[in-house]
Amino acid sequence: MNFDKELDAKGLNCPLPILRAKKALADMTSGQVLRIMATDPGSVKDFAAFAKQTGNELLATAEKGKEYEFFIKRK
Amino acid sequence: MNMPVDNAALDALIRQRLDEILPQKLEEIRAAKTPSMTIIATKGTLDWAYPPFILASTAAALGWNVSIFFTFYGLNLLKKDISDLKVSPLGNPGMPMKMPFGPDWFKGINWNIPNIVQAGIPGFESVATMLMKQTIKNNGVAEIGELRGLCVEAGVEMIGCQMTVDLFGFTRDDFMPEVKEYCGAATFLPMAQQADVSLYM
Repeated sequence: MNFDKELDAKGLNCPLPILRAKKALADMTSGQVLRIMATDPGSVKDFAAFAKQTGNELLATAEKGKEYEFFIKRK
Repeated sequence: MNMPVDNAALDALIRQRLDEILPQKLEEIRAAKTPSMTIIATKGTLDWAYPPFILASTAAALGWNVSIFFTFYGLNLLKKDISDLKVSPLGNPGMPMKMPFGPDWFKGINWNIPNIVQAGIPGFESVATMLMKQTIKNNGVAEIGELRGLCVEAGVEMIGCQMTVDLFGFTRDDFMPEVKEYCGAATFLPMAQQADVSLYM
């Protein structure tokens, strides 16, 4: 999937991946896609909730072993 | 000229229309409102510094308006320098005592040290705090100063309890300049009344 910006949140724990993602999205323009990589197992549910609550669309979630990948489209 | 009014029929019509219109209207009102949260932070140890700042920073990231009212020992979390916050395993049977270094079998041991021993060893709290800080680092959990900074940056309102400032002999100069105001229960309660979420920690 194409993306405009990347955020490496591997090794970070709740709530840092969400806070960093929020910050990264703030620097982007509407319609741009942010790719996030994380290792926190809680981030799967958390990013879904974050997207629903903020109106930024969660385009895809992928799990590769102990790593998680998220694509979020800026509102 | 007065028309005869059939109140029963009118009421039935109003009820029917309300049932049709109201759910959507309420949903619109709910969607247009920015969610808000108020927290009362009452504890001043390293471990208990986390819940208010984690929830406040996350709520701010979700776009909520957040205020934290710091009272009693919670005021310690507003001090200019919070790098000296401590954690105490003494009288805290819920706290696992594990080592943040060494091989996995060693890290897995829970050291059940009796209270009377803990109390008798000078510097026990400092060592426990050092170990806790290392565990926090190992697990990619934010340092408390960083979390507080993120809260301030995100516009979380920090409010100090004036009564406790006086009670504990602090001055406003002891606290970070970002504290929005110092006030009392009568100011906090109306804020909590309007908030969607109100938590005591």
